[in-house]
Amino acid sequence: MANADMPADTMLRTADGQPLKSALAKASRKARIRAFLLVVPLLIFVLLTFVIPIGQMLSRSVNNDQFSESMINIGVWFDENPNAEPDEAAYAALAADLVYSAANRMIGNAGTRINYEVPGTRSLFTSSGRKAKNLKAPFKEALLELDEDWARPDLWAAMRSASGTTTFNFYQAAVDRKINADGQFERADENSRIYMTLFGRTFALSVVITGLCLLLGFPIAHLLATLPLRKASLLMILVLLPFWTSLLVRTTSWMVLLQGQGVINNVLVSLGIVTEDGRLEMMYNQTGTIIAMTHILLPFMILPLYSVMKTIPPSYARAARSLGATSWTTFRRIYLPQTVSGIGAGGILCFILAVGYYITPALVGGADGTLISNQIAFHMQNSLNWSLAAALATMLLASVLILYWAYDRLVGIDNMKLG
Amino acid sequence: MKKTLILSTALTAVSFAASAQEVVVMSWGGAYGVSQVEAYNKPFTEATGIKTTMVDADNPATPIKAQVEAGNVSIDVADVELSDAVSLCDEGKLEVIDHASLPAAPDGTPAVDDFVEGALASECAVANIVWSTIVAYDGSKTSGVTSIADFFDLSKIPGKRGLRKAAKANLEMALMADGVPASEVYDLLETDEGVERAFAKLDTIKNDVVWWEAGAQPPQLLADGEVVMTTGYNGRIFNAAVGEGKPFEILWDGQIMDFDLFVIPKGAPNKDAALEYIKFATDTQRLADQAKYISYGPARKSSAPLVGLYQDGKTEMGPQMPTSPDNLKNALVNNFEFWADRNTELSERFNAWLLN
Amino acid sequence: MALPVYADPLERVWYYSYRVICALIFIFLISPILIIMPLSFNAEPYFTFTPEMLRFDPAGYSTRWYDNLMTFGMTAPDAVRDGSWWADFWQNARWMQAAKNSIIVGFFSTIVATVLGTIAALGLSRPEMPYRKLIMAVLISPMIVPIIITATGLFFFYSDVGLSGTYFGLVMAHATLGIPFVIITVTATLMGFDRSLLRASANLGAGPATTFFKVQLPLITPGVVSGALFAFVTSFDEVVVVLFIGSHEQQTIPRQMWNGIREQISPSILAVATILVIFSICLLTVVELLRRRSERLRGLSPS
Repeated sequence: MANADMPADTMLRTADGQPLKSALAKASRKARIRAFLLVVPLLIFVLLTFVIPIGQMLSRSVNNDQFSESMINIGVWFDENPNAEPDEAAYAALAADLVYSAANRMIGNAGTRINYEVPGTRSLFTSSGRKAKNLKAPFKEALLELDEDWARPDLWAAMRSASGTTTFNFYQAAVDRKINADGQFERADENSRIYMTLFGRTFALSVVITGLCLLLGFPIAHLLATLPLRKASLLMILVLLPFWTSLLVRTTSWMVLLQGQGVINNVLVSLGIVTEDGRLEMMYNQTGTIIAMTHILLPFMILPLYSVMKTIPPSYARAARSLGATSWTTFRRIYLPQTVSGIGAGGILCFILAVGYYITPALVGGADGTLISNQIAFHMQNSLNWSLAAALATMLLASVLILYWAYDRLVGIDNMKLG
Repeated sequence: MKKTLILSTALTAVSFAASAQEVVVMSWGGAYGVSQVEAYNKPFTEATGIKTTMVDADNPATPIKAQVEAGNVSIDVADVELSDAVSLCDEGKLEVIDHASLPAAPDGTPAVDDFVEGALASECAVANIVWSTIVAYDGSKTSGVTSIADFFDLSKIPGKRGLRKAAKANLEMALMADGVPASEVYDLLETDEGVERAFAKLDTIKNDVVWWEAGAQPPQLLADGEVVMTTGYNGRIFNAAVGEGKPFEILWDGQIMDFDLFVIPKGAPNKDAALEYIKFATDTQRLADQAKYISYGPARKSSAPLVGLYQDGKTEMGPQMPTSPDNLKNALVNNFEFWADRNTELSERFNAWLLN
Repeated sequence: MALPVYADPLERVWYYSYRVICALIFIFLISPILIIMPLSFNAEPYFTFTPEMLRFDPAGYSTRWYDNLMTFGMTAPDAVRDGSWWADFWQNARWMQAAKNSIIVGFFSTIVATVLGTIAALGLSRPEMPYRKLIMAVLISPMIVPIIITATGLFFFYSDVGLSGTYFGLVMAHATLGIPFVIITVTATLMGFDRSLLRASANLGAGPATTFFKVQLPLITPGVVSGALFAFVTSFDEVVVVLFIGSHEQQTIPRQMWNGIREQISPSILAVATILVIFSICLLTVVELLRRRSERLRGLSPS
């Protein structure tokens, strides 16, 4: 026993003679293991069905074999000549690679990869690839005769950076940087910087929507939690019905309501509140996005709040009142602090969902309706640049997790204290 | 071994009828999907006994790319847009289709000459229809629309405009409205000045634009009176005008034509049957038949004279086609090389422009 | 929540204005749903109240979208509507297939997500849980990654292990998406749970299982139910994962809704929504009636 040298009579012991300290440590270790075991099945499930597949997908953001797998000779030349200007040997290697890639139908892959860095070069690769097998030494002159773009320094810089096995170029692109002729990264031109702005807009919009959900959800949840069950379950139907209804249906329904010739404007005009020319613009702008998204996410605030408020005994509030607190003090000091875990849960749900939603903003948001998820979907479905999509998604995931962590550090997920 | 297999199956194409083969076709759904089922799938099954299954997707190119990369291909034939066909083919994700093996026109013209220009631009794809992005307006409320320049002229025709929230087609239309002849549009867009000029033209209506995203939206916007004019897909506008009796009119001036093409993903489970399907579906008669259901033009010249009446039995479809001579006076064919090269760059630029 | 007798005038004013505010929020919640019901009877394929509809002219109304909903995909839609027509409808109508698939996948993925999620939430809410925040972050990440990325990633993985195109794969994928909702709501409910009740129960001789089912579960039921609801709705309204992982026999209602959006948003989706709304009103009413009946039988006063 570790503490055998201590005098036996000064140690606290449990009934079976163990030192209290080690017995406690043992018990708490057991408790930790028990707690952990409860989580294990789900953790394994999520690791298998989510973390591994997503990890594979996100690793595309640094994967760089699109160019290097077929352009082998030039890769060797770049390795051997770390800082050299392209010489005849480089052009010879390039010509050999073009022939090889064209023969194996990989030329488009290589060209697409370089096109991400230097727009307009995909067709340079494909057209040169078609003619490459007729090239003869000296290759530099032959290639330049084919297309003088082959001398462009930024093209060579891009090829050099595409020759490594891994790359951070997609992350650079995702933070609005681009490669310049010296192979250095610089800020993209002002008129093509979008991703950082979109990140900012996405988060700002999500904060507004979450705030609105809380503002509208709190009184409803409170009402539902305090009304007699009979009335509450009737009213609960009103919360659940929109929740059941498809996102697409609700989005189109808001279009019908809010647009210029829509129901609300027509009612306002016929009541004489607004004039025919003064119809309110509530759709195809940020107002439309905020209204529709708030409606869609409101149940995600109400239900967690309701389930927390349901567990708060009304006797606490009565006790506070009988001790002389005003109704406002009672609410602020007694009721609100007990609902904080519900506010936290609802807030996290609404915020994270708002960050990821893009269909509604795309359909009703007008010029302001492009969010970062729209860009991710665009690169997945339209430009088929999955590496950039993966880089943007990784950044989105990371920034939400950082916000989650910061929120926890600043406020505390578990024991937030207000007032 | 594999080659002989293909050869022998090709030689005994008739024996398909007996075997229980299946072709799974992935397309865009909606009225377009229905037109393909009616014009291609049903007659194909009747003629060959090969079962066809239609699967719908938002944009078939995405699932195709994923399936080929995962080596788990369940789709035999997919209907994709030209720029997607080109990039997927570049990436080696599609089977090469020997264009010489496509059936000749009834008068004996080889297929390679019979298809309209650009329809066989990708060696992995065969076009089936020509569709186009056009300007549409409500004829009962708006009149005097004669040229694409009117779309950008807020003083002549005041009111909101609908435009697709994307760079593609908008930049071309802006330049054409600014007086650039169709033949010079893409050369100009290759230059920075051209791009500036296009955005400057778009700037003139920017505050009066309702941006749409799904092809379903333009007719809805017109029907609701939310916009006086909008760009849209000609087939859908035609459907609204003739099929549903809406007073919508199409302005063909400045139309931008594009193709939808059939491709075979690499590793398709029924590759031979898929090839048979494509040959069957893109022959002269079948392409002409499809025009009965939707106003997208057949990709073969020889189909044009065979195009008859709409399924309502009275509307002549010929003049409704993007490829009809009257509609081609000032028309542009989408340059896939340009968009394959510039899509990412110009989309970023477009989105940055929207943000400011 | 009745107005107490000691309320001062200001409190009275607040009491009534609070009711008015709540009523307004309820109107906000329900108005989009009320709008779709008449629109689903529109004779035109648009989401617009036509002048005929506003005049209550019968010509402006039709049941064509309901008809379209039922007959789409049937082998013989125009046959006499007898027993075999209904059998055809049950077997072949696309929306019927989609509804069956949606319910099967939604039901099983909800069960998986709720059971695993509730058990894990029990562990996560224990103060002695190690690495709690890290594990929490991992478990809620399915909610954060954009769905199109998740869908593609899952497709690659499921293709490797042979799960793509199977109901099992679809259920697993939807369960994964539903788990964060269960975790967050159940953990939030457990935060307010008085843990001394567990010790009291143990003191009185109940084992951990008895304690859970007799003491803890009844008290956290609202949280578990709302978590399960979230999980179900997530699966019920999910379209991208189905597109990638489901085979063409596994079309669900939302997949069917999004089909063809390049051409037209069919008003059939309004008919679907209306049917679902009526269906869920009936379901919720039945549940409520049963609850009241059991209350009466147990001799409790209505609460």
